[in-house]
Amino acid sequence: MAQRLPEVDVVLVGMGWTGALLAKELTDAGLKVVGLERGRARQTVPDFQSPTMHDELRYAVRHGLMLDPSTETLTFRNFTSQTALPIRQLGSFLPGVNLGGAGVHWNGQTWRFQESDFVLRSHLRQRYGEDIIQDGLTIQDWGLTYAELEPFYDRFERICGIGGIVGNLRGEIQPGGDPFEPPRSNPFPNPPMPQPYAAALFARAAEQAGAHPFPVPTANLSRPYTNPYGCAMQPCNACGFCERFGCEHFAKASPQVCVLPKVLGHERFELRTGSTVTRVNYDRQGKRATGVTYINGRGQEVEQPAAIVALCAFSYHNVRLLLLSGIGTPYDPRSGEGTLGKNYTYQTMSGVSVFMDPDVNLNPYMGAGALGTAVNDWNGEAFDHSGLGFVGGAYIAAYQTGGRPIERHPVPQDTPRWGAGWKQAVRRHYNSTLSLTVHGSSMPHRGNYLDLDPTYRDSLGNPLLRMTFDFPANDRLMSDYVTDRAVDIANRIGGKVEAARRTGLYSVVPYQTTHNTGGAIMGQTPRDSVVNRYLQHWDAHNLFVMGACTYPHNPGYNPTDTVGALALWAARAIRDDYIGNPRPLVPA
Amino acid sequence: MTPDLSRRGLLLSSGSLAAVPLTGPTEAQSHDTMPATPMAAPTLWRFFTADQASLVAAMVDRLIPPDAEFTGAVGAGVPQFIDGQLAGAWGSGARLYRLGPFAEGTPEQGYQLPYTPAELYRTSLSLVADWVRGGYGSRFEELDPRLQDEALRSLESGEAGFSELPSDAFFETLLANTVEGFLSDPMYGGNRDMVGWRMVGFPGPYAGYVNLLDRHGLNFNRPPRGIAEALREHAQHHAPTLQR
Repeated sequence: MAQRLPEVDVVLVGMGWTGALLAKELTDAGLKVVGLERGRARQTVPDFQSPTMHDELRYAVRHGLMLDPSTETLTFRNFTSQTALPIRQLGSFLPGVNLGGAGVHWNGQTWRFQESDFVLRSHLRQRYGEDIIQDGLTIQDWGLTYAELEPFYDRFERICGIGGIVGNLRGEIQPGGDPFEPPRSNPFPNPPMPQPYAAALFARAAEQAGAHPFPVPTANLSRPYTNPYGCAMQPCNACGFCERFGCEHFAKASPQVCVLPKVLGHERFELRTGSTVTRVNYDRQGKRATGVTYINGRGQEVEQPAAIVALCAFSYHNVRLLLLSGIGTPYDPRSGEGTLGKNYTYQTMSGVSVFMDPDVNLNPYMGAGALGTAVNDWNGEAFDHSGLGFVGGAYIAAYQTGGRPIERHPVPQDTPRWGAGWKQAVRRHYNSTLSLTVHGSSMPHRGNYLDLDPTYRDSLGNPLLRMTFDFPANDRLMSDYVTDRAVDIANRIGGKVEAARRTGLYSVVPYQTTHNTGGAIMGQTPRDSVVNRYLQHWDAHNLFVMGACTYPHNPGYNPTDTVGALALWAARAIRDDYIGNPRPLVPA
Repeated sequence: MTPDLSRRGLLLSSGSLAAVPLTGPTEAQSHDTMPATPMAAPTLWRFFTADQASLVAAMVDRLIPPDAEFTGAVGAGVPQFIDGQLAGAWGSGARLYRLGPFAEGTPEQGYQLPYTPAELYRTSLSLVADWVRGGYGSRFEELDPRLQDEALRSLESGEAGFSELPSDAFFETLLANTVEGFLSDPMYGGNRDMVGWRMVGFPGPYAGYVNLLDRHGLNFNRPPRGIAEALREHAQHHAPTLQR
């Protein structure tokens, strides 16, 4: 029998970026908020300290900051005709755990989506006609517009202290920035970091190819800064230990640095760590969530009633919790009916390597998570897709995130995999190989979805989430097209150029990105989506679902900026519109 | 995305830190009954038997052989590194989902064997020793290097054909652990004298370079230092001032 606690105003499931932002915004609104985090508490001091944080084996290779798959993992298959098997060790993506979630170990590459992304189906049909969208692609409009979200992008970027050069200021194209970005109401709060040699070589070659290079917007701070919440940040020193690591310098935007200092200890906020939520309790007749049930650190079942429930866990964990709670209609890939689990998308990645002369010193260890230069000439709707046979696109970037040698020792494809030849090649190419990332969009396909696995269970005995996914033909064509553009630029840099194309079936083994999106998507009606434009569940108006699981498709950009913007947008709707008159904010 | 990740469907590479630093070779024992001439320091193995350690050492020194300038896997302490990993949490299958049922699966579904890393090594090393003895008529360690490489290629391709497990699953894990041991921080027992880092030119884990970013093409040749050296410098920097 679960212990039943007194009701609170708001219960948050998960305390990463979105949980921290909602905790701040809703306690400011006068609400009593409880944050449930299944992991433990951690802070910059004492948990992320140099030099011990700079341990590639412990954190990058053995995944020291990631969710332990022995407690919970997913099962995976490419097609419904296969039997899904558990992802027994982490690989393709790395979900976080503990206070701050993946907001601790991200890189800080902070991109806005394009205006067309929010109205993608309407936009594509209007620009190209009906036939541009391939059969099976379940592309839809998001239910809100870029213009509506813009102030919240701006706010999140100020909370993070993003550095960059504005490319489009209220419709005016600015020199040095990204001419294809959507209009910004303000310049970036901080300048970009100085760009390394590889980025400069890429920028020159990209310009020769007719493209428009600019420094990637970065959440690695370029100067001391105090954000709108009053949290102080310090400049990044380019140590090269960013992704998969916690920052000891207060220099990478994270919940710990940017939000939690103003939340933890607040009289209206209570953090409960070691608390794994297993159900959202649901009043089916009243169409209301009544609270959540969780297992506390002692293994006891606890019921926490709440007037508002917000799911703030990592993308697919939110989807799993909705499935375990029986809220909403699971998607059926045969009939196309149901919405929960639908439109699971990912990120379509490829790369190009330039093996330069050995006397070229690129010094790859002088890195930071979002340090680099990119072009968006072939991303989203920045280019004309007429006659190309696909929609979507990718940015091409020369990132220099760090030169940690266990995982980064590039060699040409004809190098032996071991022995003297391998050893010589590793030595020869370590400091003189320039790598380009082709970071592509992922379009939803009716065969790609999330549901509960019929066989495998987590350590508490609940069904694992089952992922069914392969890259649609549309995305393979897109990736090849933009990879060709990257090869063209690479050839102008000078050196031996090799492309690692998006070939074969999707595999959960090699790391690609932790940009898992969709599954609890937003939209205009309950027929096509799980939540409305305010991330409010269609079947329970006091249940809000945060995160990238709400994206109907995944554009060719990193998802975090939009995760933060949508959380602030939803928080504003809850504060200004919902609390005074709880109801569905969009008529069904 | 890199070519060396392409075969990792078979690879057991994930697990939590074996947080216990390795003891290096111990000092030579002095004992009344021991001869007066100094003996080579015995290596204390925490996981391997002496025979297993001998076989592993011979294999990894072909994967990363010594050359005129830089020592190979054995000189870098890779066998000691792997021994420590297998004796610790990673070897025991930490961060590995181990519930059944087990099925072979596709390469895209990744590692699906029921073995922990420690079990994979124990089982495989015995199979490899027997298979080499049966096929080549001697121990792996005694083979000509050309034949050692041939045997390793058979393990790599799966042609060695063991019934208990696919030989390539073991080979891929051994290869990954060898690279880890050659290039990880020396506190784990490998990368001895920072040979791997000196070879590629990686200056080690503790530094900040923001003021050097725009010095394009800089020949940055500072000798590497590991976490232990950085910690010592850090401690000296913050040494408490003696009062009184």
